Amino acid sequence: MAAGVHETTLGLDHRKLAMWVFLGSEFLFFGAFVSAYVLYLDATAGGPGIEIFDIPFTSISSFVLLMSSLTMVLAHNAHVRRDMRRMRMWILATAGQGAVFLGGQVFEFTVFYREGLNLTQSPFASGFFVLTGFHGLHVFVGILLLLSLYSLSLTGKVKPNQDLKTEMIGLYWHFVDIIWVVIFTVVYLIPELAMVD
Amino acid sequence: MTTILVLVLGLVLTACTAPQSALDPAGPYAQEPHDLIRPVFAIALFVFVLVQGLLIYSVVKFRKRPDDDGSLPVQVHGNTRLEIFWTVVPALILAGIAVPTVQMIFSTMDEPEGDYLTVEVIGHRWWWEFYYPDYDIYTANEIVIPVDTPVRLEMTATDPARSPDLGVIHSFWIPQWAGKQDVVPGQTTFLNIQASDTGRYLGQCAEYCGLSHVNMRIRGESLEQADFEAWVENQQSPAVQPTDGLAAEGAELFGAAFDTDIGQRSCAACHQIWNGEGQRSPGVGPDLTHFASREEFAGAIFETNEENLREWLRNPPAMKPMQPENQVGMPNLNLTEEEIDALVAYMLALE
Amino acid sequence: MSHSTTTTGRRSVFSRPTAETGFSSWITTTDHKKIGIMYFFTVLVFFFLGGVESGVIRAQLAQAEQSLVTPEIYNQAFTMHGITMVFLVVMPLSAAFFNYLIPLQIGARDVAFPRLNAFSYWMYLFGGIFLYSSFLLGGAPNGSWVGYAPLSIDSVSNMAFYAVGIQLLGVSSLAAAVNFIVTILNMRAPGMTFMRMPMFIWMSLVTNFLLLFALPIIAVALFMLQFDTVFGAQFFNPATGGDPILWQHLFWLFGHPEVYIMILPAMGIVSEILPVFSRKPLFGYAAVAFAGAAIGFIGFGVWAHHMFTSSIGPVARSAFALSTMFIAVPTGIKIFNWVFTMWGGKLRFTTPMLFSIGFVSMFTIGGLSGVTHSIVPHNAQQHDTYYVVAHFHYVLFGGALFGLIAGIYYWFPKVTGRLMSERLGKAHFWTWLLGFNLTFGPMHMSGLLGQPRRTAVLPGELGGTVELYNLLSSLGLLVLVVSALIFLYNLVVSIKSGVASGPDPWDARTLEWLSASPPKHYNFDVIPTISHRDEFWHRKYAEDEAGRPVAVPAGASEEHGDGHDDRGEHIHMPDPSYWPLVMCLGFFPLAYGLIGPIWPAIIVGVVWIIIGYFGWIIEPVAEGDDDDPVVEDPDAHRSGVAAH
Repeated sequence: MAAGVHETTLGLDHRKLAMWVFLGSEFLFFGAFVSAYVLYLDATAGGPGIEIFDIPFTSISSFVLLMSSLTMVLAHNAHVRRDMRRMRMWILATAGQGAVFLGGQVFEFTVFYREGLNLTQSPFASGFFVLTGFHGLHVFVGILLLLSLYSLSLTGKVKPNQDLKTEMIGLYWHFVDIIWVVIFTVVYLIPELAMVD
Repeated sequence: MTTILVLVLGLVLTACTAPQSALDPAGPYAQEPHDLIRPVFAIALFVFVLVQGLLIYSVVKFRKRPDDDGSLPVQVHGNTRLEIFWTVVPALILAGIAVPTVQMIFSTMDEPEGDYLTVEVIGHRWWWEFYYPDYDIYTANEIVIPVDTPVRLEMTATDPARSPDLGVIHSFWIPQWAGKQDVVPGQTTFLNIQASDTGRYLGQCAEYCGLSHVNMRIRGESLEQADFEAWVENQQSPAVQPTDGLAAEGAELFGAAFDTDIGQRSCAACHQIWNGEGQRSPGVGPDLTHFASREEFAGAIFETNEENLREWLRNPPAMKPMQPENQVGMPNLNLTEEEIDALVAYMLALE
Repeated sequence: MSHSTTTTGRRSVFSRPTAETGFSSWITTTDHKKIGIMYFFTVLVFFFLGGVESGVIRAQLAQAEQSLVTPEIYNQAFTMHGITMVFLVVMPLSAAFFNYLIPLQIGARDVAFPRLNAFSYWMYLFGGIFLYSSFLLGGAPNGSWVGYAPLSIDSVSNMAFYAVGIQLLGVSSLAAAVNFIVTILNMRAPGMTFMRMPMFIWMSLVTNFLLLFALPIIAVALFMLQFDTVFGAQFFNPATGGDPILWQHLFWLFGHPEVYIMILPAMGIVSEILPVFSRKPLFGYAAVAFAGAAIGFIGFGVWAHHMFTSSIGPVARSAFALSTMFIAVPTGIKIFNWVFTMWGGKLRFTTPMLFSIGFVSMFTIGGLSGVTHSIVPHNAQQHDTYYVVAHFHYVLFGGALFGLIAGIYYWFPKVTGRLMSERLGKAHFWTWLLGFNLTFGPMHMSGLLGQPRRTAVLPGELGGTVELYNLLSSLGLLVLVVSALIFLYNLVVSIKSGVASGPDPWDARTLEWLSASPPKHYNFDVIPTISHRDEFWHRKYAEDEAGRPVAVPAGASEEHGDGHDDRGEHIHMPDPSYWPLVMCLGFFPLAYGLIGPIWPAIIVGVVWIIIGYFGWIIEPVAEGDDDDPVVEDPDAHRSGVAAH
């Protein structure tokens, strides 16, 4: 970008600053959804509640998503070293793990649906599906971003010196992962632990 | 500015002339907040005069004169002592207001001390239902209480178990007895009221509740203890059972089914007229057991008389906007004039 | 971008549009000034529509028991009046000022993301069109602008339009907020520290942070509402255990910061105008700036004072009473500092100055009635009555709108190079002041005398006094209509044939007046270096030790450039682009699809938006150019150009 880092007031690239600012907003977005979910933990209207969760299964897909943060770092690293071949490889790996996570979510939703938990069933169900659904949408957007990065680096629109682009998408990707850690803990683990007691 | 001053004067002169005025308390739960707000209004008026006075003074004193020499005024950038002054002084004033405010929040919301009457309030679209659990009586739109006795209202909105209407939020407000309190579906809220005088007081739903929000009025009536007991006794008795004439025909028709705009309906499907047998339990619409004892009907917007009742039965949604197709309010029963005559006679017999 | 711009190869779908004039130059523009002007004229249209709705309301309430319109139409009118004035008038009018002024006042050539800026505008326009199309498609939203559940999830509420429409406007505002925050933080001219920023920039920064943190919360609430109304979710349905109060918490957690989002830009404008026409610097600059920031922070902690009569307990009522009283302190600080800015000055009563003084005076009234709301036991009498209507109109009309109109008169010469008529401007001010007070002053009284809000009829039983106050209010609106026509006439005549203003008609203090009027496409020939607060004034005057100003001869003149900066390099400005518009168009099928739901429309919309997104990122920064060229020498990279 034309305005190099040394020309901006804060010494940060505009796009990087913008991504940080935007992610600040995203924190509140998920914060509000998580609050609503917690409020509705017991509002199951006689339908299935938290006992429906399959913690081991979701743990595995969560682990896959967390690992994708590692490959994202490796992709950025490769880009900084201007090793575009490796960068593309790690980008694909990241997107692939994102897709695995999404697949897991689709599977999970299907199972829950068969077991009688659907969007219109209760406030708890609505809270669960809409919260995790919006997170899934964020993962989906992240995969789109990764794939566009991949294809544009193939056509030469993303150049070896433009590691900032990978870094930006990485910022977003890490954010989506971190939010999942919060969601997994608050949505799945804590209520489960509370129930055991 | 002058407009406002004129209006402020108007406030003083005309404050007490409106029948639903919050400035004319007739019970302790309205009087105490009123006594609290008056000094606050006075302080606000003082600050108002101070700021507007400073503004007017500056405008007059520091205007650029025609003989101005073109030089610039001294460039004052600020004054720390003044900043501290107008930070600390307002903060202290507000702290002074805060203490009685917080005390009164608790004192007005707590259960009244000593004996009190409980009335259960249900907000429907668009009418009020009052149930007196101590006496097992139901009324609609008119809440009758004994004078000088605290009354605690236990309020909620339409219950989906009882009515296909989706419950929405309403707000109970008879300004001369107390401030308003929202009525929330699925929850119970409480409001204390008390009348220090006998009389009839106006109120209305204060939370926007859809199409006929404006037609959801409340009438508060406070009676001397003896009159109140007589009223209770009458309300506890079963409805009159007319044996002959038009009224008896009306009683027959009350149970008959009619082709309404939303399918077959009978009056009795929605309204209860308790004949002394079994439990009292009102249907979707208002309990009509002692309909004619109420001065007004249909959300307390029409006086209870023959003419109004006749017009109402011809086409209720035309007289008061309702959405029967959405399960809210009374449909047009498509009655004949003869049927209307009979029903009106019956209704007016229900003293 | 030191290399020369060369046009290579044939034009493709990804070529940048090149029109500099005419219709296509406007729909493809990425120039912050043009976008600001587009915001302004769009606001005028929506202000007219919002005004028509207020006409319906005031006509109906002019006399008791009138039924000029049905309750259904009345309910749609007051709902759309609220939505329009908040989301389609006051907020975007502030955005018009952000757009036009932020780069000029901080000494930048454009905003950080010019195409995103165009995107924000188109989203605003389309969101407004979408909301208003509801009138043609089965009825406008009728659940009031606060959209309280469960009424709003009722099948006859038309509130799906509200849920989707406000969401579109939220996307617009969020994109703009990110853009302006980055612009202010990252594109200030060399030497412009935080404490040298113009007060308008300070207030813009606070406002956009408020937007940034408040919008996601309303987005969540609206998504819940939309899932409830369209997809049968149960967030607010009490029948299955949904909590209607959750909507109120989320709405007001957004809604109260929103109030400051609407008022802070006007406060910034007034803080610019009062010093200029008092010929003194802003009194207590640091206090005013920090008071603004404090209002922003505390503004997130007072939301439940909109819910004092809701089902919240005495502890919450007390806590929010205290925070509400507390927020009056920084507001008071501002008012006193404005008054003392005038104190000891030499006041020139131009139209912008009159509107600014009007702002301070009227806003004070709104602030004081606001304090009376915090007396919770009595709030139960005031809440949802015309007393509250009076209060927030004194804040948002007497406050925000007076300030914004002051800004229009003040910066009109900057935008057009012409002055607005002072004679008409003064006629506008006095009729506006009279009409405003006549309309909203009596509402204090009618509210305390028992008139609730949002009633489709004025009940006759409220008594003759209440009727009289309502009649006065309705007459006041007529005065306001006349006043608005004077303003419109002044605007049209002054655009066509106003007196030439020269670059600095007001002897102003801030950087935007350093540029030409109207400013060149690239704003400044040379990016100024800042060494003072009120930099431009300090280039014209110096102060001796006693604070007495001394003129500096010819200090202010800007050498006339030829499109090249001080290094002799071509000033390269961001190119126009039609991709923001293309991408925004995809939101139409998506939005209409979402209120059905109509799945084909949703899919078309999403695919369209994704195509728009790819077009956006693939299109080159300039014809024959691409971003981040491989440069060997990092020094050859320098220029003062805005990023793209």
